[in-house]
Amino acid sequence: MIRALFAACAALLLAFPANAVDIQEVTSPGGIKAWLVEDHSIPFTALELRFRGGASLDAPGKRGAINLMTAIIEEGAGDLDAQGFAEAREALAASYRFSVGDDTLSVSARMLTENRDAAVDLLKLALTEPRFDVDAVERVRGQVLSGLQSDEQDPGTLAGRAFNALAFGAHPYATPADGTLESVAALTREDMLDAKARTIARDRVVVAAVGDITAEDLGAMLDHLLGDLPETGAPLPDRAEMGLTGGVTVVDFDTPQSVVVFGHEGLKRDDPDFFPAYILNQILGGGGFSSRLMQEVREARGLTYGVYSYIVPRDHAETWQGSFASSNDRVAEAIEVVRAEWVKAAEGGVTEAELEAAKTYLTGSYPLRFDGNGQIADILVGMQLDDLPADYVNTRNAEVEAVTLEDIARVAAERLHPDGLRFVVAGRPVALEASN
Amino acid sequence: MWIRHIWAVALALLVAAPAAAEDVTTFTLENGLEVVVIEDHRAPAVTHMVWYRVGAADEKPGVSGVAHYLEHLMFKGTEEIAPKEFSRIVEANGGSDNAFTSQDYTAYFQRIAADRLGLVMGMEADRMRNLVLSEADAATERAVILEERSQRTDSDPAALFSEQRMAAQFLNHPYGIPIIGWRHEMEQLSLQDALDWYRLYYAPNNAILIVAGDVEPAEVRRLAEEHYGPLEPSANLPERRRTSEPPQLAERRIEFSDPRVAQPYVVRSYLAPERNAGAQEEAAALTMLADLLGGNQQTSVLGRKLSFETQVALYTSAFYDAVSLDASTFGLAIVPAPGVSLAEAEAALDAAIAEFLAEGVDAAQFERIKTQIRADEIYARDSVDGLARRYGAALTSGLTVADVQAWPDVLEGVTEADVMAAAAEVFDKRRAVTGWLMQAEAGGSPEPEATPDPAAADPVEVMQ
Repeated sequence: MIRALFAACAALLLAFPANAVDIQEVTSPGGIKAWLVEDHSIPFTALELRFRGGASLDAPGKRGAINLMTAIIEEGAGDLDAQGFAEAREALAASYRFSVGDDTLSVSARMLTENRDAAVDLLKLALTEPRFDVDAVERVRGQVLSGLQSDEQDPGTLAGRAFNALAFGAHPYATPADGTLESVAALTREDMLDAKARTIARDRVVVAAVGDITAEDLGAMLDHLLGDLPETGAPLPDRAEMGLTGGVTVVDFDTPQSVVVFGHEGLKRDDPDFFPAYILNQILGGGGFSSRLMQEVREARGLTYGVYSYIVPRDHAETWQGSFASSNDRVAEAIEVVRAEWVKAAEGGVTEAELEAAKTYLTGSYPLRFDGNGQIADILVGMQLDDLPADYVNTRNAEVEAVTLEDIARVAAERLHPDGLRFVVAGRPVALEASN
Repeated sequence: MWIRHIWAVALALLVAAPAAAEDVTTFTLENGLEVVVIEDHRAPAVTHMVWYRVGAADEKPGVSGVAHYLEHLMFKGTEEIAPKEFSRIVEANGGSDNAFTSQDYTAYFQRIAADRLGLVMGMEADRMRNLVLSEADAATERAVILEERSQRTDSDPAALFSEQRMAAQFLNHPYGIPIIGWRHEMEQLSLQDALDWYRLYYAPNNAILIVAGDVEPAEVRRLAEEHYGPLEPSANLPERRRTSEPPQLAERRIEFSDPRVAQPYVVRSYLAPERNAGAQEEAAALTMLADLLGGNQQTSVLGRKLSFETQVALYTSAFYDAVSLDASTFGLAIVPAPGVSLAEAEAALDAAIAEFLAEGVDAAQFERIKTQIRADEIYARDSVDGLARRYGAALTSGLTVADVQAWPDVLEGVTEADVMAAAAEVFDKRRAVTGWLMQAEAGGSPEPEATPDPAAADPVEVMQ
């Protein structure tokens, strides 16, 4: 099936016969929807769960509660204390990873076929009967507080936080999801129970499974695993009021190299201009070594080890951002080069050759992402979170191909705002004036 | 030369049906290029890697960082490929590429559609012998590696601390020198230094080609003979022998203070044996020891004793890198809980190790770890990239394909007594460095000279 997907997506570039990836849309007997790709060649299953809302659902005054809850959910459940739970998981050689970000709480599980039922039972215990024992709360709280203290000394974190504070006003996005020293210190066991009730609910979960499991078995598994979760949780967050303006902000920090986070407003994932903007970003500062920013800032001038830009369509706010690090005495020049590239693209778009190269890269590399069960499951939940149809894997490359030079020139003129770029610099930059 | 290894793991306790494991074929071209083919036909993609048996620890004194510097310069161009075109061509064919340097190897790779294998082979073979470099390239790229050092090392007190610890660990072996180089030597690296390095070491008889993915060994052989076959081997390839450690007779202790440290901690590393060809048993016992002591915060010996039975530690770990050409290190770390001093934390760590040496291995924990090791062999098959890296690192670190394939069985054969014997042997403070990472008052301690990379055993990777 992975082969079939590859063929479909590479058809425009490579001489594979067109075909469709076999994503099965499964609905369990109990009504839980999931996407499944069956591959029985390795005897394990990767299961991905995503709960929309994530850390942005923290109750007022409880910033960091959902992050702490996520860190502690595996620290004892049902009759098992933290050590008992870990021993049971080890004995099954299963793995469960819980993590949370601004928009989603993620559960990533790998389970061997031979003991899958027992592995699901144990995961269910964590999702439905976590103990949040006081000693476990204290132990993990100490780890979170230590991390927060280290964040205060990390220029990359300081720059990112200052940028978010400027960008997102009163929205939870403006503050760190792991909370503050004060807010985390005040959290109680009751806050953990409340944090779980706010986030882990059936009405906001998306599911993907890839590997050695049939649709029938998956349906039964999901009814068992998720059927006892509460129907709903806290209302999903409102949109953020964006507050970014052009200029430079300096966060004073004594370190030899400044870290820069920059950006302005971006665009939604379902914006009709998303694909032109995505390709434009690929050319401007996307992952590759050949991007304009990488060529100008690193290759031509040696001002940085790496510079990237990215479109960040969060669920409730959109930014077009970038980042790099440069020595304190060179960072002012690097910022000017970045700004000049923004102007150049806004005024002149891109060239035919750049567009063609970006298209061949994006269309050719797309199927290479479908690399392994865990990776595929991750892609499938991401598509569901973006409200994309399963058929997107077969139409996506055509959408890339359809973008014209004119589309990009128009979107670059409308959506890149050189004067609106805010550069947040953490370090001791030389000859760089902060502005308001 | 065609040796087809089909390797099935025995999963005695775990699995009902035997699992077919990775499908590996090896052969060697007449010019000395070793080739490893790992088949995985689930997706029509391929990972193409060339690993050179040369790394930072092969540098001459005074030019630290040249192995990594040359790795960057390898993307500059040849007579066939215009400057900076290499990655552009890979990307234009839907692929991605990168490279990394470690103490023992330097590797280049592309991941691309399987029908483009010949294209990337052609380009990789071309730059193995035909690199063209200018003074301007050398100057710009030197600035880039200095920024890389600033970003990865000088901006991170934990990385500086690690660099100082490794320097203290090795009295005579070059593993004490960071992969990325000491800044004052990096600043002096010249085009000639890079070219000397390149001409000496970049040749088919010093390289291993690994092709993993949707390929047939016969086709790989045909393409390898076409593209790599014509390359001349290096006639003056030096024997790979580094200066070795004398007996380590004195415990070393270092304190590193930096105002940017928010969370102090203690790390101790002991000189430790590595996996050797045909003799991997002691390294296997040490691998099990690291898992027992620090593999999981809830169930490991250190976690139980220091975070559960007592609340001395926020976090503990034990780490050991078994794949290394020369001597490796076995490490222990403790992050103290609030109110616990580094001295108290270190004393508690020592007491926990002493108790473990007296109490022996918990049989139930030992069995769970073995279960996970067997399962990891199943999970590992999901990543053909990971398998390719496993072979590449091993074959450039003195091991053979047979050693790689025997490793799960060697781990399986480790007994509790083997672990205790390995522990008794390795925990000798005369061969150890104990480091305290401490917070300096801002402005109090001297600013560290822009110096020292993350754990010297970690590959430095350059994004391409």
